[in-house]
Amino acid sequence: MNITLKQERTNTTHTISFPRKTVKDLLQQLNINSETVIIIRNNTVITEDELLKNDDEIELLSVVSGG
Amino acid sequence: MLCHCQKPAVITLQHGSLCQLHFLNYFEDKVFKTIKRYQLIEKNDTLCIAASGGKDSLTILYLAQKYLQKNNFNTPLFALAIDEGIKNYRKSTLKDLKQFCKDYSIKLNVIAAKKEFNYTLDQAYPKINKDTKKKPCNICGVWRRYLLNKYARKLNATKVITGHNLDDEAQAIIMNIFKANTDLAAHLGPISGINEHELFVQRVKPLYFCTEKETKLYSLIKKFPVQFIECPYANEGLRSNIRDMLNDFETKYKGTKQGIINSFLALLPLLKLQAKNNANEIKVCQQCQEPAHQNICNTCKIQSLLR
Repeated sequence: MNITLKQERTNTTHTISFPRKTVKDLLQQLNINSETVIIIRNNTVITEDELLKNDDEIELLSVVSGG
Repeated sequence: MLCHCQKPAVITLQHGSLCQLHFLNYFEDKVFKTIKRYQLIEKNDTLCIAASGGKDSLTILYLAQKYLQKNNFNTPLFALAIDEGIKNYRKSTLKDLKQFCKDYSIKLNVIAAKKEFNYTLDQAYPKINKDTKKKPCNICGVWRRYLLNKYARKLNATKVITGHNLDDEAQAIIMNIFKANTDLAAHLGPISGINEHELFVQRVKPLYFCTEKETKLYSLIKKFPVQFIECPYANEGLRSNIRDMLNDFETKYKGTKQGIINSFLALLPLLKLQAKNNANEIKVCQQCQEPAHQNICNTCKIQSLLR
């Protein structure tokens, strides 16, 4: 499936191919520590165990302060 | 994952998952219990909130005000921000802070390093680093502590409330262990410092038991105007490496950061006792008349490198 990914830290949006199922899998694929992000889908905060669907738009907000 | 009320969860904690409403209650309850347990806010205080415009300071500004209202305290409260002079960074967070303070009717005071020291951090850092190899965070930390204490006292504050969270504290504890700074570690805890002094305003940390992720989530749900802007010096220090290490451990072993805090709090009375025995009497800086551990304070030592 394809996921559109918006990352606050890098201020980038791109579509990635994602062969697995959950948010946790997605973070592993991206090598992002789950402690460092809050995950948003359709303006709703979701947890790592959520199943993703084709064409989902996911936003990763950075937990770490800017300074 | 579902909350115990069967609504979708917004966070998974060590002991279960919480929906938005239960998370807000859990977070506020934790902060208010910390304030009460350690007597961080008392009725007769005048409160100075150290504010930067980031998620931690906006959260504690909001919750300190809510705590006062909830307890019918008529305690004066104001915000104090330090503008260190970091290009493309501080001006943006101060803009958010000004709007927030206006929305919540909180008086905001901004102190600029440039006005106080004749240098912004951007101007001072290369000069100081050339001779001493000091990192920008070392200079910034000394300046911020100095200005917060000096102006909180001038504005008659009895407490300085900071937005330090559990992650900040766990990182500081590990940094002090790595550097064998046991006397410095004794200054940590929900109430900073080891000795009272008339020139020092006590610093307290109501977000002490809230993780950085919880604080970010709280500020997000409450729709506080927090934008992500990275300090250009953020990755220069030891702290960023310790932060990454602790986040790795937390992912593999849930509760690692809380464990560090709990262990530290059990040791803190002993550390304070030892530090009190080792500490020299607090002096007054011969140059600026602010409190100092030696005859000349760290801020004046930095100033001497800029002449």
